[in-house]
Amino acid sequence: MLDVLQGFVHELRDAGLPVSMTENLDAMRALEHLDISDREVFKAALGATLVKHHRHRPAFDTVFDVYFSLYSRGVDAEDPNAEEWEALLGQQGEASGGGAGGELSREELAEMLLTALMTMDRDELRRLAAAAVSQFAGMEPGRPVGGTYYLYRTLRQLDLDELSARLVGRAREEGDVPADALAARLQAEEFQTRLRELRELIESEIRRRLVADRGVEAMARTLRKPLPEDVDFMHASREEMLALQRAIYPLTRSLAARLAQRRRRRHRGSLDFRKTVRASLSYGGVPAEPKFRHPHPSRPEIMVVADISGSVASFARFTLQFVYAMASQFSKVRSWVFIDGIDEVTRFFQDSDDVTDAVHRVNTEADVVWVDGHSDYGHAFSAFHDRHEREVTKKTSLIFLGDARNNYHASQAWVLGSLRERARHVYWLNPEPRGYWDTGDSIMADYASFCDGAYECRNLRQLERFVTAIADG
Amino acid sequence: MATRFASVDEVVQRLRGVDYLADATIAGVVFLADRLEKPVLVEGPAGVGKTELAKALSRSTGSRLIRLQCYEGLDEAKALYEWNYKKQLLRIQSDREHETAWADVESDIFSEPFLLTRPLLEAIRAEEPIVLLIDEVDRVEIETEALLLEVLSDFQVSIPELGTIVGTQRPLVVLTSNNTRELSEALKRRCLYLHIDYPDLEREKDIVRVRVPEIDDELAEQVARVVRSIRELELKKAPSISETIDWARTLLYLGTSEISPEIIGETLHVLLKYQSDILKARKELVPAGDTP
Repeated sequence: MLDVLQGFVHELRDAGLPVSMTENLDAMRALEHLDISDREVFKAALGATLVKHHRHRPAFDTVFDVYFSLYSRGVDAEDPNAEEWEALLGQQGEASGGGAGGELSREELAEMLLTALMTMDRDELRRLAAAAVSQFAGMEPGRPVGGTYYLYRTLRQLDLDELSARLVGRAREEGDVPADALAARLQAEEFQTRLRELRELIESEIRRRLVADRGVEAMARTLRKPLPEDVDFMHASREEMLALQRAIYPLTRSLAARLAQRRRRRHRGSLDFRKTVRASLSYGGVPAEPKFRHPHPSRPEIMVVADISGSVASFARFTLQFVYAMASQFSKVRSWVFIDGIDEVTRFFQDSDDVTDAVHRVNTEADVVWVDGHSDYGHAFSAFHDRHEREVTKKTSLIFLGDARNNYHASQAWVLGSLRERARHVYWLNPEPRGYWDTGDSIMADYASFCDGAYECRNLRQLERFVTAIADG
Repeated sequence: MATRFASVDEVVQRLRGVDYLADATIAGVVFLADRLEKPVLVEGPAGVGKTELAKALSRSTGSRLIRLQCYEGLDEAKALYEWNYKKQLLRIQSDREHETAWADVESDIFSEPFLLTRPLLEAIRAEEPIVLLIDEVDRVEIETEALLLEVLSDFQVSIPELGTIVGTQRPLVVLTSNNTRELSEALKRRCLYLHIDYPDLEREKDIVRVRVPEIDDELAEQVARVVRSIRELELKKAPSISETIDWARTLLYLGTSEISPEIIGETLHVLLKYQSDILKARKELVPAGDTP
């Protein structure tokens, strides 16, 4: 029992979760009090004692699934809890064993799935998911392919979209006809949720088989996924993008709260003589308690100029979204986007208080193409200079976003120099790793020499750090 | 050691008895908190019943609820104890005529009658069973967190003039956090961690039925489905469980037997509190032309 737990903790640490000694002991003590044959409670106990951060929860879930699916053999016979362990693991063995049974045709399987999905019979679904995997995934022992490949193969054969359409049809036959658009929407969402559950079952089945094939360690290694704030903007998958999207808002909110708190407590204003004298009266005229004026926090004005050509579009989108979500921390935020032409997009953000919507309008409505729609920093910058030079003041922080890949056009770097003389700060954020700067058509160094700082900004963590720095002034 | 619950199932039953529906995770963690005598740190979005959990625990175990609401600037004097300065002054002044020795006065004015107890000390000294709720602990500064540590791990308070006061019994301690900032490792290590998220369809439906008993099954199901649908949208503030319950009540008052797009359009403001959210949800859920 202890060995099992130690192995599990070890695995968690390998996956990057910080598990301290005390937490480890707590988990052991917790198990003494519980009936560990109840898998839900067992998992809750380990989760509550070992994982203290919600972000780490998905990693914990995967490791838990992987680890306790494999631990079916080699249960210690002398362990007084051995029977309970069998009970716990038996639930699983049965599920994976069921799938090996008779060969079903694709159509038969689909029919059975539909029936199970209509009644939401979870045991049946799990068995069918296992059957689908053994039939369609074509898993070969020892083949070094990731789980996503098998998942893709299985799902292609099952065709969830078709299943969803057939579910609606089946519901109609049973007399459940949606009365209006709303009812139809709710029904469709219900079926989507059920299909998502099926998808998760298939995923965990594949994972289980991979573990059995390759062993826990190899599997745990491939499962180490980066946390949302460490995902690279330029190479994020669609799911990671969605995760990022969801992470932004809470992040900005907590950042704003932190900044406001810091601003309130940081350097007090000048001595308020009148108040100090008044306070001194309660100490018999001794100014024991000096009073200070409230400082006027100076909030910088922000101008963002972003390259939104294909390669860096998602980076620009996140940064704009982030900056506007933080707008309350700045006295004013204006923004421009460019490819080879440049267009001010502040109006989109002012019109609606929904940032996602505004970003969408930036992508579809902004007029950013001048000649051919390939990045031309030089032209965009000189146009910006002509039109807006006078609006840049000593209060303005200018932020340029882009990879500085200029397609061998003229750099017009003098624009930045001239703007820098007028502005408070000029920064450049580049979504490429520092090592790639100034390779190929990147002319980062030309621009960087006119900036107060050029930063690598590849993930939310770096972006957050940068925004904290400029909001502090 | 007296334990409050015999099994995880009993936790579920007793909480259900006071209209709080706990799932296996919540019940498991509460059970462990009781057995291991550890505080529970509850995190999750606003309005999923974090504070409610503490209240339900106090009702179900018949304990008194002591609540410490955290805020920025909370200090020892407001959380632990404070000397009653005015009373001490009076005591010194009334002594002037009697010429008592200073040592006596000093030992007198730093004694129990001059101590003002604040929630944490009150919880420690209580004789009867207690549930201690430390609400929104993420609002205090990170330095202030430290004063909670001694209380949470050993359930004692050190007062320089009186010595260490040790609690007579271990209360159930629930801390809640809205996650506006990262809590310190030291604090987290001392707690069991529980994350409560929005409930799934089934559980939300059950909650509505328990809290609004007059509602019929059909309508509760529809309410839960619409709310889930709204939570899927990208909103500033998704509807919380209490807002779902309010909405269900509103629908009952209006005598609704079935939810139609028009009714949603008219009552959305019960669920959503931002104008932009309401507009967005209306656009998604209510087909064009139906809006009044």
